[in-house]
Amino acid sequence: MSLTRRDFVKASTLGGVAASVLGFDLAPAWAQVRALKIARTTETRSTCPYCSVSCGVIIHTTGDRSRNVKPTVVHVEGDPDHPINQGTLCPKGITLKQNIVNDRRLTKVRYRAPGSRAWEEKPWDWAIDRIARLVKDTRDAHFIEQDGRGRTLNALTALGVIGGCTDTNEINYLLVKAFRAGLGVIPIEQQSRI
Amino acid sequence: MTNGWTDIRNADVILAMGGNPAENHPVGFRFVMEAKRNRDAKLVCVDPRFNRTAAVADQFVQLRAGTDIAFLCGLIHHALEEERYHAEYVRLFTNATFLVKEGYAFDETRGVFSGWDEAKKAYTDTSSWAYELDGNGFAKADPMMRHPRSVFQVMKKFYARYTPKAVANICGCNEQDFLKAADLITSTYTPERAGTMMYALGWTHHSHSVQLIHAAAMLQLLLGNIGRPGGGLNALRGHANIQGGTDCGMAYHNLPGYIPIPKADHQSLDAFVKAVTPKPLRANETNFWKNTDRFAVSQLKAYYGAAATRQNEFGYSFHPRLPQSAAGANENWSWAYIFDAMYRGRVEGLFSFGMNPVSNGPHSRKAISALTKLKWMVVAENFEQETAAFWRDDILALVDKKPEDVQTEVFLLPAANFAEKDGSFVNSARWIQWKWKAVDPPGEAKPDQEIIARIFLKVRELYAKEGGKFPEPIRALNWWYSNATVPSLDEVAKEINGWALADLRDEKTGAVALKAGQQLARFADARADGTTLSGNWLYIGMYTDAGNLAQRRSFGDASGLGRYPDWAFAWPANRRILYNRCSADAEGRPWDPTRIGVAWNGARWVGDTPDITADSPPGAGLGAFMMLPEGVARLFVPGQFADGPWSEHYEPAESPVANPLHPSHSANPALKLFTTEFDVLGTPDEYPIVCTTYRLTEHFHYWTKNNAYSVQLQPEFFVEIPEELAREKGIAKGDRVRVTSARGSIEGKAMVTRRIRPMMVGGKTTYQIGFPIHWGFLGRGQQKGSLANLLTPTIVDPNSFAPEYKGFLVKLEKV
Repeated sequence: MSLTRRDFVKASTLGGVAASVLGFDLAPAWAQVRALKIARTTETRSTCPYCSVSCGVIIHTTGDRSRNVKPTVVHVEGDPDHPINQGTLCPKGITLKQNIVNDRRLTKVRYRAPGSRAWEEKPWDWAIDRIARLVKDTRDAHFIEQDGRGRTLNALTALGVIGGCTDTNEINYLLVKAFRAGLGVIPIEQQSRI
Repeated sequence: MTNGWTDIRNADVILAMGGNPAENHPVGFRFVMEAKRNRDAKLVCVDPRFNRTAAVADQFVQLRAGTDIAFLCGLIHHALEEERYHAEYVRLFTNATFLVKEGYAFDETRGVFSGWDEAKKAYTDTSSWAYELDGNGFAKADPMMRHPRSVFQVMKKFYARYTPKAVANICGCNEQDFLKAADLITSTYTPERAGTMMYALGWTHHSHSVQLIHAAAMLQLLLGNIGRPGGGLNALRGHANIQGGTDCGMAYHNLPGYIPIPKADHQSLDAFVKAVTPKPLRANETNFWKNTDRFAVSQLKAYYGAAATRQNEFGYSFHPRLPQSAAGANENWSWAYIFDAMYRGRVEGLFSFGMNPVSNGPHSRKAISALTKLKWMVVAENFEQETAAFWRDDILALVDKKPEDVQTEVFLLPAANFAEKDGSFVNSARWIQWKWKAVDPPGEAKPDQEIIARIFLKVRELYAKEGGKFPEPIRALNWWYSNATVPSLDEVAKEINGWALADLRDEKTGAVALKAGQQLARFADARADGTTLSGNWLYIGMYTDAGNLAQRRSFGDASGLGRYPDWAFAWPANRRILYNRCSADAEGRPWDPTRIGVAWNGARWVGDTPDITADSPPGAGLGAFMMLPEGVARLFVPGQFADGPWSEHYEPAESPVANPLHPSHSANPALKLFTTEFDVLGTPDEYPIVCTTYRLTEHFHYWTKNNAYSVQLQPEFFVEIPEELAREKGIAKGDRVRVTSARGSIEGKAMVTRRIRPMMVGGKTTYQIGFPIHWGFLGRGQQKGSLANLLTPTIVDPNSFAPEYKGFLVKLEKV
């Protein structure tokens, strides 16, 4: 049987291991304690999005993935099986739940019209249509097919794309594929430069 | 990192410099403490402040921000002068034996290398920064390293100037402290000892940052520490996936897998491949980049699918080429140059996927001003941030504008965060780790893959309907995903690794190695004839027919050294320590049998995935650095850097003193300055104090100011001020102070401290102060517009184009 560190911790929590290690039975004491909040949650393995130590985290969501249950995150903790952090987290990582469940999170598309002093809420379809139009207009107006010496460039430098430090490899690759290989964008940068 | 977090526990000496891992990578720092506890390892910390890493260090040296390079040059001198270098290692694995081309020279009084044109203030001819070649184009060498033009002898002479006294004078440290640290650090030169170096932005945020890393690499090579368990040169990296972003081509100058972007000069695929593939500099070297054609063609096949044919050079002309100036120089579109061009009205639209340039780029006022010139901007984010909201009254006030003056159309798209989508991050140890989606995004927030796909597909639809400029690549782009509007990241990961498009035969035996449709397993599987596709060759092996190996979670470790080969997947080829051939001697015997990287067992290299052809015997003479055409590590760097073949101390662009080594060329001569009215530098008579910026463990960049706990732990911006300076200025703890540079000013609470001491620099007392970066305009609690980058200059390193955030000049006053 292969026992992971996590299994071990779970077993200890249930009292069996604790009794044998400590030499006395904690069972009556445990019975008095309210069931742990995370006892009925779904666990998902993830990676802390902050620094690049990349600690493993376990995200606890309520619900059991039933179709008509909308899960919410109730707890985030260090992954005891992860060889780097072995269950530990730093003061930022330990508050990750607040990064996910946060009343400041953006939930609607916002739009600021030229010269305006305020955001307006807009539907996604409207925003995608308008953005695509602007991209095409910019590209058609500024696309450089050839340089002054007649050399083919097929490049667009009037449109820039900057990516974030928490975009996954797959997102970075899609950005490069769509914007550079597809639309011909040259100014593509991300956090690593700065 | 050449090594990894879990390997740091194998070190005998750890140098933490240009980084503060106890504060900023606290969980990774556990392995430093483990090395101290279990191996009696010594920790040396060198920093402008007595920081949290210094608090547990065996030896701390305070230096002036911006002078780390002189300290490292001093260590190189110390190793060479005291013969504390690993001679056999240096002979085997570095270019110390190579001869430098006749004509190479360094002018010690002016601080410039041969090829400098004083009238043009530029290096106009760097052809002498090269090896002496024989008739076959191979580098000449003197195995005894006695030739006066051998790299070793040239190096000794070059670094002879960096005596402990000179270092102390430049860095503002004490000579005895330097020597104590130098003895500890160089104690790893013996074969049975290994030392590591941990660095971060304190090294990369300078106008000579690449040469700083070069100096550290030289030192680690002299000490015989590269490629060994417990050794290496370890960039801590600050963010979850900037490593992966760089790997995957999110930089203007590289395609995924570090293939250089095609330039205007490269008018055909052949011309491109020929120009970017290096020629071997010694007989029989692996010269791994000879495979560039395989990797480039496989990438074009991934981009353009069936539309990439042999007839159209696999769609090479669909892909953009980097424009060149009239004078023939490649255009620069790195970060600071994008914002400079934007400010000059040459950029019309901007997409920002989770980026906040007003806060995190240099010189916030220039960035804000640049954004006002945009016609449109799209920001995809979790929280409202300063860039998306740059048109607010209080932010525009920084550049004397009002919202009515700014015609930029802004879209702020609510995006899913890390927990709300799957995908992989690469940590600083190069481990590609998959994470799983835990929960749906809130409200109408959407994952980035959907945002990218919907915009791209809508643009494609417009081109199909209306036509327009060069629609071919848009039409041809291989958008094969089962759900086109929300591409599965699992499918994208498969494409990044790549698969066979036809049955592939083994190039030696002729047997079918992979059938059409099978995932590539090895670099050698990639083909240049269009029979494979691979979005990023560097990740080949990550997603094979065995599945997505980034999802592996087995913590077995037969090495006992914390290698965990079955945990996730490390690029390249699941190699946990780069250049690991250097962990063994000429015969393939490990330098230290208790810490085996790789070893030759008579038939193969065993241990870690070997960084050399697995069955090539030690006697065959293959070099340990297969990515370099000379097969050995570069001490002397021929023709790769803009500012010279050796690391030299240059002062920051803003410095309290002229360079004591060569006052006439004080800062890096290869610097190119921006020229808008925002690009100004201060002088020490007006701005006499050295300033630096840093981070706190309780916050992450500019995000956690939205989190209640983080804000409670560190509620507001403050300025750390030495006691002596505070006394001089009549500033008490908690007073409100203003810090001003030539670019702008910032106000905050004074934190009077003994953690920063006054220094003697060039014979006069010099103060330095510092402040953390985490505040701005939007967030919980007291933001007050405390943007650290209001003060930083637009100076960038001439090689990496990274900004000089550390070591600029300010003045300080009580408000």
